[in-house]
Amino acid sequence: MHKGIYTIKSNIKIAADVYEMVLSGDTSAITMPGQFINILLPEKYLRRPISICDWSEDTITIVYKVVGGGTAQMATMPVGTELDCLVGLGTGFDTKKSETSALLLGGGVGTPPMYGLAKALLREGKEVTVLLGFNSKDDVFYQEKFEALGAKVVVATADGSFGTRGFVTDILPENKDVFYYTCGPIPMLKAIYKALGTKGQISLEERMGCGFGACMGCSMQTKVGNKRVCKEGPVFDADILLWE
Amino acid sequence: MLTTTLCGVELKNPIIPASGTFGYGYEFHELYDINILGSLSFKGTTAEPRFGNPTPRIAETPSGMLNSVGLQNPGIEKVIGEELPKLRDCFHGPIMANISGFSLEEYASSCEKIDGEEGVAWIEVNISCPNVHDGGMAFGATPEKAAAVTKAVRAVTKKPIIMKLSPNVTDIASIAKACEAEGADGVSLINTLLGMRISLKTKKPIMANRMGGLSGSCVFPVALRMVWQVYEAVNIPIVGMGGVTTAEDVVEMMLAGATAVEVGAANLVDPFACKKMIEDLPSVMKTYGIDKLSDCIGGAHHG
Repeated sequence: MHKGIYTIKSNIKIAADVYEMVLSGDTSAITMPGQFINILLPEKYLRRPISICDWSEDTITIVYKVVGGGTAQMATMPVGTELDCLVGLGTGFDTKKSETSALLLGGGVGTPPMYGLAKALLREGKEVTVLLGFNSKDDVFYQEKFEALGAKVVVATADGSFGTRGFVTDILPENKDVFYYTCGPIPMLKAIYKALGTKGQISLEERMGCGFGACMGCSMQTKVGNKRVCKEGPVFDADILLWE
Repeated sequence: MLTTTLCGVELKNPIIPASGTFGYGYEFHELYDINILGSLSFKGTTAEPRFGNPTPRIAETPSGMLNSVGLQNPGIEKVIGEELPKLRDCFHGPIMANISGFSLEEYASSCEKIDGEEGVAWIEVNISCPNVHDGGMAFGATPEKAAAVTKAVRAVTKKPIIMKLSPNVTDIASIAKACEAEGADGVSLINTLLGMRISLKTKKPIMANRMGGLSGSCVFPVALRMVWQVYEAVNIPIVGMGGVTTAEDVVEMMLAGATAVEVGAANLVDPFACKKMIEDLPSVMKTYGIDKLSDCIGGAHHG
């Protein structure tokens, strides 16, 4: 974990209520895709945890949806704004868990961490298939960016206004014996778990106090004891979840 | 310059991370050398392991937060066997053991177990957790019950006992006095204030347990007032806490009557909060013409 001041380099709308923000600063604490940052906002007591979409030596890209007062504040922040962030929090996706190919499933704003993961997996020479689920055409983002990386991308929208009509579980490949990684709303994650089983890693969300393991606010019971979503997670092996 | 003496034990400074906001310490040691701290009060420990309440158990408030964690901890045996040795490996100062319970017997049994532990300088007895039923705060709700817990733990340990009091009472001073009368060596206050939030989107309480304890800078004036009232009522030392966020808050809390100061929610927003307060104290003291910090204790009451 690194605590530092990060400067907004860009902050643009990329879909309905969805923004992409690039921050510049120290990224040395980021060790794996699927980790998150925790941002202190003016007038807000608790920090806002946001997953890391992508990172370089000196930039962090996050993609966030305006869901409340904090994210609404973020959406109006101009380039040059300085933010106090805790960076490199949590345990992310383990790329070593998959063999020669991997199936990535992102739902809505669960999509961003899939981007950094796809990049890492492709760098390891793996074949990457990305399934993205959104509510509607206006919500779709990052499809081209995944394609530009060299991943195979299939999109589903609930209302059928873009790609296949339905959910990500409606566009699953025939070969289901491939290691999967996913992040998205809980009903989607549970449907994927049901369809694909325990050979995967799932990124979860919970209301957090600190985001670095101190307050026990986001604890969860698993087959192997209590885990903190912010510390041992947010990414968990599917086989430890009590979802049967 | 920064030293203070709590129940006969000297602290290099009055800053103590509060129970439940600092785990068992060692995880913060990865961030900075926690030996700069005066002490630390470890995560509230019960006889049996507890997961605590269902999630969500955190909600934000203006200038503060609510939690309904409900004493998640691995249980006294594992704390003594695993957590405390890990803490002692990285922290060599005096440790404050925080003990909770659901019956007089449980309080006594846990305190007896921790009594022989090396490094534990004080036992902070939590009779004020607002997030558990049939225990916790119920014991801190009346002078009679607080006295009964104090008596039960006094019988099993020679270590200094610090009773941690609830602000969710009509007259906190009478409860402090009852603890003092049964042999408490000190009191610490305040635990969190019972509160709640409702989501306008779902029209339901945000937290699964519905209510939770309010902490953060918003509670500071309430905590300060209660430390003031208790200082007027008892002759044993007070550990002041509740919304302490800056070195200035530390001095203010001591002026109200605190011998040492616990820092809670501030650690969750800034993991370096205690370190910063310790570093800032000398310049704050210089600004306000304070040579020796312990001279401030209760200073606002005199003259």
